[in-house]
Amino acid sequence: MIWVIARREFGAMFLSPLAWVILAVIQTILGYMFLTNLDNFFVLQPQLIQLENSPGVTDLVITPLMQVAAIILLMVMPLLTMRSIAEEKRNRSLSLLMSSPLSMTEIVLGKFLGMMLFVIVLVSMLMLMPLSLYLGTSPDSGKLLSIYIGMLLLLGSFTAIGLYLSSLTENQTIAAISTFGVLLMLWIIDWVSASLSNGHTVLSYLSILQHHQSMLEGVFDTSDIAYYLLLIFGFLVLTIRQLDRERLL
Amino acid sequence: MSDVLVQVENLSRYYQSHCAISHLSFSLKAGEVLGFLGPNGAGKSTTMQVISGNLAPSEGEVSIAGHDILEAPRAAKQQLGYLPEHPPVYRDASVDEYLKYCARLHRIPRNQVAAAVDRVKQQCGLEDAGTRLIGNLSKGYQQRVGIAQAIIHNPPVIILDEPTVGLDPIQNREIRSLIRSLGDQHSVILSTHILSEVQATCDRVQIIRAGEIIYHSSTKALNQGHESSFKVALRKPVNPEELLSLDGIDHAEALDAGRFRVFFAPDANPDALVEAAVQQEWGLYELIPEQQSLEDLFIELTHSEESAAK
Repeated sequence: MIWVIARREFGAMFLSPLAWVILAVIQTILGYMFLTNLDNFFVLQPQLIQLENSPGVTDLVITPLMQVAAIILLMVMPLLTMRSIAEEKRNRSLSLLMSSPLSMTEIVLGKFLGMMLFVIVLVSMLMLMPLSLYLGTSPDSGKLLSIYIGMLLLLGSFTAIGLYLSSLTENQTIAAISTFGVLLMLWIIDWVSASLSNGHTVLSYLSILQHHQSMLEGVFDTSDIAYYLLLIFGFLVLTIRQLDRERLL
Repeated sequence: MSDVLVQVENLSRYYQSHCAISHLSFSLKAGEVLGFLGPNGAGKSTTMQVISGNLAPSEGEVSIAGHDILEAPRAAKQQLGYLPEHPPVYRDASVDEYLKYCARLHRIPRNQVAAAVDRVKQQCGLEDAGTRLIGNLSKGYQQRVGIAQAIIHNPPVIILDEPTVGLDPIQNREIRSLIRSLGDQHSVILSTHILSEVQATCDRVQIIRAGEIIYHSSTKALNQGHESSFKVALRKPVNPEELLSLDGIDHAEALDAGRFRVFFAPDANPDALVEAAVQQEWGLYELIPEQQSLEDLFIELTHSEESAAK
């Protein structure tokens, strides 16, 4: 049942031009950045060879590329998640799901999974760029895997937050803006920590991109994984509760 | 197993402090069509949303085919088809895609989906619309897609909230006969503003006002049980008392020149009146039986309550 909803959700994204445009724009911009980074790497390469323990192509090309990708997607993901529940509320089609023999959990998981399918497509297309490096050199496969999983977890938590905020309103624009606000807040929350002595660790633990950074560098830490999984789980539970609560209002 | 399919007991629903329905109780047996009538804002849609599990009741219980809607929602909803006030369609899907999706949501096995879709398309007159986008369909066709969605899994209980809104008279008649034929095997709850529709399709009628059931009867009884009245037109001026002296006439009131409304006791017939008219040469040229229609009853009930409230 979850799968039925997820497939419909995934298919519906491609019925509007939005998903295609997002994929095209992101791929173009990041493709250009990838080539720029690669060019810079060729310039630096002669000096790097003389260094001991010099950073490789993964560190100098792929990691910075994915940092930029994370920030661009922070702005783009709200546009993808905004319609998930808000649109159904506006069109009054939510009652189809509500009167079907489904639990609220199945509905929410179906929606989440549908958007995650899109995220997988998106990240896999981005990963084609690092994979193309295999043609000429040998990038660090372990690091690439860590980057891939890191991107999925990061975008998964963006999606869960967007889904929850979409369930709060009938208005897609409000859902998008508030999702963007929350994501931005979670990103910049640790900027203040430089001037704070205590509370430093808490704030930097909360920062959503801090955890991403270590995964991009190939550090696969369980506390980072736990952070993302908790975030996803938490917001999915909030969404389920929100939809349940609406029946009582 | 009793054949009571829908059991509503002491149902109340509040929106904050506003009471939309209060202490409703009724039940529906297999093969019955129940008409829900009421002025705007009487709580018809709220009642249907609660029965279908879209809203939680504030008080009271609803059970569908023996399954409580709150305790066993999945089992209850499996027995239920629901068409809300606004058909819950996806404008960006085609009719076929949408109906397939609905069939899968209601756990119809994959290999029976196509057959189910074909069946409801035929029942609702959607054969030609299969590949069209729902967003491009007219209101009437969208309404049919909504009905198709509600009956695709052949549920024992069907709830239709104003199913004939936006249909043209021919579609209207088709949908009514569809509802009638559904009523043979399924239990149907139907809400509407159109009173003749209730008389045409329903076995029972409930009039609801300000969240309470104020009238409840079978439509058959409605068509029979009331005292019958006739509109009589006479060429010769006649005193109403002369009419009253005749057999079986309860009372008579003068309308305009030469016309009277004459009330008979239940089951009496106008023989005496006709005989008297012939013998005394009143010049009877009109004798029209008047049935108390649902409309009169509806207006009388909702109106009298209103004036009582003042």
